[in-house]
Amino acid sequence: METLITKLKKAAPKAALLMAVAAGAALQGCSHISGSETANAATTAVDSDAASAVYVAPGKHDELYSFLSGGFNGQVSVYGIPSGRLLKIIPVFTQHGENGYGYSEESKAMLMTSHGFVPWDDLHHPKLSRSKGMTDGRWLFVNGNNTPRVARIDLSTFETVEIMEIPNSAGNHCSPYPTNNNEYVIAGTRFSVPLDMKGNTGDVSLDKYEEEFRGSISFIKVDQENGDMDLDFQILVPGFDYDLANGGKGPSEDWVFFTTYNSEKAGTLKEVGASQNDKDYLAAINWKLAAKYAKEGKAREMPANYYHNKMDKNTHMAKSTVKKKVRYLLPEECPGMMYLLPAPKSPHGIDVDPTGEHMVVSGKLASSIPVFSFSKMQEAIKNKQFDGEKNGIPVLKYESVLKAEVKEPGLGPLHTEFDGKGNAYTSMFVSSEVVKWRLKDFQVVDRMPVYYSVGHLMIPGGDTKEPYGKYLVAMNKITKDRYLPTGPELAHSAQLIDISGEKMKMLLDFPTVAEPHYAQAIKADLVAPRSVKFHKLDENKHPHAVKKEGEASVKREGKNVVRVKMTAIRSHMTPDNIEGVQVGDTVYFHVTNLEQDWDVPHGFAVMGANTAETLIMPGATQTLKWVPKKAGVYPFYCTDFCSALHQEMQGYIRVSPKGSNVPITYSTGKKKTAPVASAK
Amino acid sequence: MKAYNKVLMIVAALSLGLLFMFPMWKIYLKAPQYPEGLELHIWVNKLGGSSDHVLQNFNILNHYIGMKPIHADSFAELQYMPYIVIFFIVTGVLVALIGKRNLVMGWSGLLMIAGAAGILDFYLWLVDFGTNLDPKAAIKVPGMTYIPPLLGNKTLLNFEALSLPALGSLGIFLGITLSLLVYFLSRRAASKEQTIKSKYALV
Repeated sequence: METLITKLKKAAPKAALLMAVAAGAALQGCSHISGSETANAATTAVDSDAASAVYVAPGKHDELYSFLSGGFNGQVSVYGIPSGRLLKIIPVFTQHGENGYGYSEESKAMLMTSHGFVPWDDLHHPKLSRSKGMTDGRWLFVNGNNTPRVARIDLSTFETVEIMEIPNSAGNHCSPYPTNNNEYVIAGTRFSVPLDMKGNTGDVSLDKYEEEFRGSISFIKVDQENGDMDLDFQILVPGFDYDLANGGKGPSEDWVFFTTYNSEKAGTLKEVGASQNDKDYLAAINWKLAAKYAKEGKAREMPANYYHNKMDKNTHMAKSTVKKKVRYLLPEECPGMMYLLPAPKSPHGIDVDPTGEHMVVSGKLASSIPVFSFSKMQEAIKNKQFDGEKNGIPVLKYESVLKAEVKEPGLGPLHTEFDGKGNAYTSMFVSSEVVKWRLKDFQVVDRMPVYYSVGHLMIPGGDTKEPYGKYLVAMNKITKDRYLPTGPELAHSAQLIDISGEKMKMLLDFPTVAEPHYAQAIKADLVAPRSVKFHKLDENKHPHAVKKEGEASVKREGKNVVRVKMTAIRSHMTPDNIEGVQVGDTVYFHVTNLEQDWDVPHGFAVMGANTAETLIMPGATQTLKWVPKKAGVYPFYCTDFCSALHQEMQGYIRVSPKGSNVPITYSTGKKKTAPVASAK
Repeated sequence: MKAYNKVLMIVAALSLGLLFMFPMWKIYLKAPQYPEGLELHIWVNKLGGSSDHVLQNFNILNHYIGMKPIHADSFAELQYMPYIVIFFIVTGVLVALIGKRNLVMGWSGLLMIAGAAGILDFYLWLVDFGTNLDPKAAIKVPGMTYIPPLLGNKTLLNFEALSLPALGSLGIFLGITLSLLVYFLSRRAASKEQTIKSKYALV
């Protein structure tokens, strides 16, 4: 007995301690749960199957490619969906030190404009090329907002191959919108400007906004075979701000719709001045009729000055052509071509549903989402249900074209896409949510909070005749606490939402590069099989390409130019010893990558060059320009880890003082002498 | 010889034509960084591969260990082998038309010898490439040679090499087996003729 008591006595403190620890843990558990709820409510909204829904096993490929614009980085980011893996960054309007785009002699011309070399832009809207109203995976069109430009990316190489400057435009935001078979890519100006009708903006008092300022909408013709762009004509429109556009489909496929704001024509403090009217306009343009008018001689011509830059497929060299004329139409002279539909308060997004019947206008300051009916619009035009006109353009009666209003959708509606199953999804910037509503009765059926303040949203093919209604990507403007903090500047956040069921399910957050505005996505099998693995050396037509090591050369041309025609192959460059260059010479390194294998790029950089490296894909030739400023010996090397002996892939170039008598010599391995250049 | 034997013999001769339609031998290489694999195809008259640039890629990889670059020009065999094959096709058809059993056997025997000589020649080249290495090679593994397998697989550093006869070799195999079959069938026919003749003699 005693022993039992002593045992109990001994054990009691331990038991008590155990109890206390257990209670403490339980309490802590409680406080932990409540703590997490207040800290990040979002975690509870994540679907329990989310991890498996977005898991793409190592070595497996994503279901879709998505192309997110980079906004102020002037690039496009390519992400795999559903994994959110970053696959590539495609430089478009911005120099890219990573591969020498915009730095190499071949690519500089891509960034030429009538304002000179502009190595940056604000890229907002990617749009995939279309066939019969469906994305076909051939090209991606994107806009440059700041210095108006439209670019085309070839999706067999994921390279920017063409950039067209847009004259008579400022702030090319309402751009680029391809018609259902890429007949035209359409670009509208956000800033109206005073046109001098000679290719420039006029030197006009800013008080004269109302009288002098005009907008323009450009119609770029696209070659059906090779995608080449050509500015066919422009329509000069009233001096509003043209915000966004989208083309019709099916019954409405001859039409393109544009949102406008600042119908008040305020020239200053637009924040207030452009927000006075209860209604601005949705502009509807019959592009087929416009093209017909332009063809039948209604178009006038004015002098212009704009650049058209094209990358040649075989030389990998960009060439600029300066265009000196542009044709234009005036809507007041072209009956039936353009109408204005009143739309509540500074509308932003205009999106046409897959049937082509509903035009959904998201007025960022409006309390409801108006849905216009294309058939009612046709009826109203026929019956002349006009509410006056603006600059000679008929204004249709609001009630005559309105189908319905989506009531109490949320705050700050911006953009709408469709799932092809009769539902629409609208982004709400102010209330920070995605709202799902039905096209059949315009009732809201579901809401999903997003983090934070969503701008555009995207459903793969959500702007086409047949959307792929499985995923939705929300591109959010504010990030704050979503990821580990990285100082004041944060990555923007995107969120992947499963929309296959009745209720939306949050699947994934992923950080993005710069600021995605809009995005496009397409099934991988429409793009992946056409992806080029390397360029064929036989088809390389670069004027300074050398296709065999034996043909590599260094030559002095004229007084101050030295041309190095170099080859790169694992793991050496030919030549790798160069002498006879002088201070102040302009040295061109034309490097040809002789590899004919997948994923073996070589890079090239030389010490002190005032430019970026150049990255040369197999079979291609790229040129780095270097002007040495001091005598000495300068190393150069391959910058892309190409092989086990990559670190050995290097060479030296000797620079002698100006007027030195060191002859040009070059070699790789054993020394061989070349004839001395004739120029003294 | 019966007509069907003659036809069979012509088929035997013509089946060598497969050598001009398909490679004789294939060497498959696989390495971690070559998930798509590299295939070298040896034809009777040329070298080829799974893509246009296989030889260049083989040579780039091989130069690190000091192996001589492989070029079609280095092999005189590729020049004269096609004539040998044509010789066998023509003589095979002639043998069929003449219809003499011993000529069939002779043709078959010669083809076997030629086939064996071809395989021996192939092996000697493999040994030459695999052992005759540049002493200044970047990668030197003491005692290591790089003789690719003649038949079957072998690990060579990071590469797994697999060597197998291809459809072209089937032409030689068919040539030999069909001609031997002709020889065998015509012997039975000949012995039957013999017995019939002897029966008549008895009567």
